[in-house]
Amino acid sequence: MTSGQGAAGKTAVLVLGCPQVPVQTGIALYLMSQLRKRGISSTIAGNRAARLLIEVSDPERHYISEVMDLDRYIADLADKKRQFDYHFVFIHNDAGVSYAATVQALTQKTVIALIYGEHFQDVAGEIEFPCEKVMAKAVHNPMPLKNKLDEVLPWVVSNL
Amino acid sequence: MGCIESLSYEVVLQGASFKECREYIRANCREYRIVEPGFKIFEKPIIGIPPISIGLDGDTITFPFTKPCYGTFLLRVDDSEEAERIRREGKPG
Repeated sequence: MTSGQGAAGKTAVLVLGCPQVPVQTGIALYLMSQLRKRGISSTIAGNRAARLLIEVSDPERHYISEVMDLDRYIADLADKKRQFDYHFVFIHNDAGVSYAATVQALTQKTVIALIYGEHFQDVAGEIEFPCEKVMAKAVHNPMPLKNKLDEVLPWVVSNL
Repeated sequence: MGCIESLSYEVVLQGASFKECREYIRANCREYRIVEPGFKIFEKPIIGIPPISIGLDGDTITFPFTKPCYGTFLLRVDDSEEAERIRREGKPG
């Protein structure tokens, strides 16, 4: 298994959901750090609260580069104004599944669905479109999802 | 007309799943059209799980509207031009 060095120069977007589940912000920052190590630049797309949580958590912008509004991101995909190599979609509710389905339909790419929260298995069961699922019961403790991410990220950045 | 929040709308369903919204439209609207995610309604790309159904009753449009923190709302708006465009551009259900 390679560490994904061949992915250098590629771009990723992290599509944040509602920040009501605490692990989201920590996992997003961790994922950005891992992508940066592989030379992949990350953009954050989220609603105002989700974006602010990320920006307040990384005030010196060690990991954050571009941050954009979620509606703008979807509109840019629909209008073919933006493209990314990887789309990581954070999902813990029905709305998250809807956003991931929309991203997959607009890009025709395999999205990486990070599924977490108390009811992660029920939420994962709603997904019928092609995607790579990274899932764990993680609400307050990010480690189960972080460990899953560590397992699959090398494969994801090398193969998608 | 760029912002759905600025429209005069009626909330038909709140806190429902996307699937429940689709089933409501198919069961309760006189006709419906099927559109792809990203199809624009009131200039805003629609968010959803395909097949996305949009209900039409004359000039009244019934459609799902998803927000990350509040889930999917089923909204009803009267707009003859937009209804006609959806009727024309959507796929008959």
